[in-house]
Amino acid sequence: MTSQNPGIRESRLFNRDVIHEIQRAAETGIYDIRGFGAKRQLPHFDDLLFLGASVSRYPLEGYRERCDTNVTLGTVNAEKPIEIDIPITIAGMSFGALSVNAKEALGRGASEVGTTTTTGDGGMTSEERRYSTKLVYQYLPSRYGMNPDDLRKADAIEVVIGQGAKPGGGGMLLGQKITDRVADMRTLPAGIDQRSACRHPDWTGPDDLAIKIIELREVTDWRVPIFVKIGATRTYYDTMLAVKAGADVIILDGMQGGTAATQDVFIEHVGIPTLAAVPQAVDALQEMDMHRKIQLVVSGGIRSGADVAKCLALGADAVSIGTAALIALGCNHPRWQQDYEKLGTSAGFYDDYHEGKDPAGISTQDEDLGSRLDPIAGGRRLANYLRVLTLEAQTLARACGKSHVLNLEPEDMVALTIEAAAMARVPLAGTDWIPGKEKKL
Amino acid sequence: MNTVDLQKQSVRDLNHALHQLPEGNENVGWEILNPGGKHNIACGLDRELNIRVDGHAGYYCAGMNKRADVTVTGNVGVGVAENMMSGSVFVQGNAGQSAGATARGGLLVIDGDAAARCGISMKGVDIVVKGSIGHMGAFMGQAGRMVVCGNAGEALGDSLYEARIYVKGSVASLGADCVKKEMRGQHVQELQELLYANGLNENVSEFTRYGSQRNLYHFQVDNALAY
Repeated sequence: MTSQNPGIRESRLFNRDVIHEIQRAAETGIYDIRGFGAKRQLPHFDDLLFLGASVSRYPLEGYRERCDTNVTLGTVNAEKPIEIDIPITIAGMSFGALSVNAKEALGRGASEVGTTTTTGDGGMTSEERRYSTKLVYQYLPSRYGMNPDDLRKADAIEVVIGQGAKPGGGGMLLGQKITDRVADMRTLPAGIDQRSACRHPDWTGPDDLAIKIIELREVTDWRVPIFVKIGATRTYYDTMLAVKAGADVIILDGMQGGTAATQDVFIEHVGIPTLAAVPQAVDALQEMDMHRKIQLVVSGGIRSGADVAKCLALGADAVSIGTAALIALGCNHPRWQQDYEKLGTSAGFYDDYHEGKDPAGISTQDEDLGSRLDPIAGGRRLANYLRVLTLEAQTLARACGKSHVLNLEPEDMVALTIEAAAMARVPLAGTDWIPGKEKKL
Repeated sequence: MNTVDLQKQSVRDLNHALHQLPEGNENVGWEILNPGGKHNIACGLDRELNIRVDGHAGYYCAGMNKRADVTVTGNVGVGVAENMMSGSVFVQGNAGQSAGATARGGLLVIDGDAAARCGISMKGVDIVVKGSIGHMGAFMGQAGRMVVCGNAGEALGDSLYEARIYVKGSVASLGADCVKKEMRGQHVQELQELLYANGLNENVSEFTRYGSQRNLYHFQVDNALAY
């Protein structure tokens, strides 16, 4: 790295970002807390390509032949599994982290295209229940706002063990966002920096989890599916243990998964990339003969229909989006550039979700800022975006000759890099080499 | 009086039957025989029922209780009355870990001892333990009151928010941000009421109140060692 001024040279080790962080730490004495997800370069779905059909495979006619996208979640134990029309759901994000209008917009957008949205730490608001035709209720270690009435109103329950941005860490919501309503829902004093526990208060380990899952089934009379959400780390074992404990659906969140407020060191240095985690989870499910019986929903860096299709091809049953959904609502939009600059940032870079000053009115509890987001228009944008993701995934699936997006398979893909080939377990493009796998003679 | 024998009927059938009862059966008592340490007995109730579990219960007995009054004549396992909203749960024996965890209302009374993490993340419940409690009692307790007539183990009230704790005996150690506090008139009165309501003839002056110092309410560099 050389500057425009010859003779002065930037260190790769101590580059400007590193120097700035050391100076910030020295001045404040506290770790950097921020929102968004991992920003470092990681192997990802961009490193995979599809092999379209040609002589050895034949494609489906783009605008004539069906390529279905519906998925059923929770088919094993629940009396009422969830039917979603597209293989893309909205990930858990709390009221508190997000404004009430943002939660409403997520509900409207998801409902318009027939998919689920998910509550978060802090409980269920009446608005999100009203505007989400299919709502998943998160059951978190803090149990903020947790009550059995809301549990019974949910269409599924998601036991959150971890999230990709911070596997092994609890949540936090800083005082700026603990308004009276948020504080009341969480039984906390207004204005304090809220800490969330990282472990559930009344169970430890997979054997206890099995009993907890039965309790949740008992309370809801075995009506709704029970999901278990894990951050991607020891994914093979965690998936097996969650299935053994009785999960109907595994939610797997890779390290690129977003957050509203987490230590930067946690976001960037804990967990494994989504690309590496998916095959581990699929392996576990296949070894237990549970693949496609227990559904696998994957989140963490899904941005496009290509990401959706590649993730499904690796064996996921659906994907889930958080950060991308907020961007669809208007997060980091250039129309708010002047306001971003006042906060010392710029459209496209804003990640201080924890400060509650979001110019787009999404990650805030400030009523004036929150009113900037029209939930109807925001919901429409989200629905548009979800439709584009679905159309893109269908386009790729048809090109591979698949009449359902879930018929995509690893055999349809190759990798651009050795790392991606090893993680995704597909051959390096132009070869039959999968690093770590013996060649068949 | 309805009698259910859990040697002959499953917990699932019992709970389902209790959930389906029409409103207005408040005066009908239920006796659960042979609980045999089974898990999830009488959880998710939302009726004004009077239930007696005749023996020992496993995990999450009376979990998420609303309105029902549940008595267990034996011991209970982990998470008795976890996330209780209202009503009452009486345990005539001892309780395992996380008794009354995250409970938001109602009354939990344990005649014997309670193990670790009694009242963890409590959010409004009243907990009365006639014996002693283990370590990490009332960890991250947000609201409600806990009375311990015996002793408390290590790290009582760690990372406490606004729950109030009264202990008669010794406390092995206090957790981060938990301190002894003055017993003012309102505290004497509420403790007297809690003891009296539960038929306890204790001397209020022998109890000590513990609460949050509120130093951890905002992230500050000077508290770094406590995070």
